[in-house]
Amino acid sequence: MALKLPIYMDYHATTPVDPRVLETMIPYFTEKFGNAASRSHRFGWEGEEAVGYAREQVATLINAEKPEEIVFTSGASESNNLALKGVAEFYKDKGSHIITTKVEHKAVLDTCKRLEKQGLTVTYLDVDKTGLVSVDDVRNAITDKTILVSVMLANNEVGAVQPIGEIGKLCKERGVLFHVDAVQGIGKTEFDVRAMGVDLASITAHKIYGPKGVGALYVRRSKPRVRISAQVDGGGHERGMRSGTLNVTGIVGFGKACEVLTQTWRDEVRKIEAQRNRLAERIFKNLDEVYLNGPALDSGKRLPNNLNVSFAYVEGEGLMMAIKDVAVSSGSACTSASLEPSYVLRALGVDEELAHTSIRFGLGRFTTDEEVDFVADLVVGKVKKLRDLSPLYEMAKEGIDIKSIQWAAH
Amino acid sequence: MAYSDKVIEHAENPRNVGTLDKEDPSVGTGLVGAPACGDVMRLQIKVTDGGVIEDAKFKTFGCGSAIASSSLATEWLKGRTLDEAETIKNTDIVAELNLPPVKIHCSVLAEDAIKSAIDDYRKKQASRRAQG
Ligand SMILES: Cc1ncc(COP(=O)(O)O)c(C=O)c1O
Ligand code: FES
Repeated sequence: MALKLPIYMDYHATTPVDPRVLETMIPYFTEKFGNAASRSHRFGWEGEEAVGYAREQVATLINAEKPEEIVFTSGASESNNLALKGVAEFYKDKGSHIITTKVEHKAVLDTCKRLEKQGLTVTYLDVDKTGLVSVDDVRNAITDKTILVSVMLANNEVGAVQPIGEIGKLCKERGVLFHVDAVQGIGKTEFDVRAMGVDLASITAHKIYGPKGVGALYVRRSKPRVRISAQVDGGGHERGMRSGTLNVTGIVGFGKACEVLTQTWRDEVRKIEAQRNRLAERIFKNLDEVYLNGPALDSGKRLPNNLNVSFAYVEGEGLMMAIKDVAVSSGSACTSASLEPSYVLRALGVDEELAHTSIRFGLGRFTTDEEVDFVADLVVGKVKKLRDLSPLYEMAKEGIDIKSIQWAAH
Repeated sequence: MAYSDKVIEHAENPRNVGTLDKEDPSVGTGLVGAPACGDVMRLQIKVTDGGVIEDAKFKTFGCGSAIASSSLATEWLKGRTLDEAETIKNTDIVAELNLPPVKIHCSVLAEDAIKSAIDDYRKKQASRRAQG
């Protein structure tokens, strides 16, 4: 089969909708367009039933006890906001301290910053050089004021899979609620809210081959019964936790996406991991001075679809342009509006110079072996070409220590 | 962000990539930027006794716009006198390459590299005259 360009290798950013998901959604745009909150006619009942079914599909994927524990939202950013702000508000008499990590998604970090402005205290835990948080650090950070610990299941940049089960157990022992941003790990690594002692979990459809703009917050109903204050007021949808006419079409697609994953994820992980390893092998074998960011590939602590590497002496955006038929992303400052390199790489202690040279590859369901080989060979060729163009590579080859030079920072 | 055709063209076929002997008294070298900032440009000029730039070479660590800016700069430098070369402004580069606002600093870096290479050449010449 001929290779189709461009090639998509940015599955951490988003994923295409699976054809099975799309097919399930289509009737809900047109014939079955009812408002799930309309109680007086068939159109409404149909919508309500579809949403109820999707709720079960989502609950099954994460092993929630009851479908009612799923609150539909507009996506994981909203879910993270609702979890943190909702808990902070509801439990304000109980405490005012939240623990999280430095490598969370901005939807968690910026929510925490806002809560700090409102008088809460937030501890941002460091991670080790592979991006993993230590359970002992979480333990030591808990005080009698702590109401919530929020740790992501897996990191979107370097793929580090956090020890969620252990942190969940610790939180249970200490009577602290535990929120998990599970967006990147769902369907790629084990996630079971009951076995892992998770009280709240954020997920989103568009990272698991569902549509954009729909997600969920899992809110545990027993042992303990978790309460949150609504952040969107209105018609009292979603048992008062999130008002707003439900995105029935999106929710139907989200449900189907979860069902597909429940059935296929273990096999899918095997396929993707083999492809990721093949990509890494081919790159590392053919280039010197390539550095892996994040946990070792065979550590069992890294997402199977993630490869994040720094190609020393080659700036990330320059490389992305050179491989413009391949969609990836970079931690380089040049790609960001702020001109700051990735805060995640910084939290791992990755040298600033190397952060600028990082590329994140994200593989997925529709990645083929041919694509992997094509991308590996293209990257190898372009890195060599750009190194010939790099004054830093030339200096390094001449034995000049780049760090010894007095650079004029600008 | 989408790149302009000219940036892509220069980045894919950079002109005048290479290295001149920085010990050669007729060569001026400018090395600007910083690895920690994600961009380093080295621009070199070879100048005739009559003060005309007969050759220019560059190597750049940076984004596509930085590579294109320095590639364009070397093209413009060749055949100019030093005084003419000094009049090249980053805004000329921005206009020629259609750089968006976030990429203006890449063109500033190229202007700095030109200035710094000319400076280096002049310093070398002055110290030669002083010596002999
Ligand atoms: C870890 C993580 N959390 C949250 C989000 C936000 O999800 P959404 O795009 O559904 O708001 C993302 C995706 O960008 C993510 O990677
Ligand atoms: S070198 Fe960083 S934006 Fe151009």
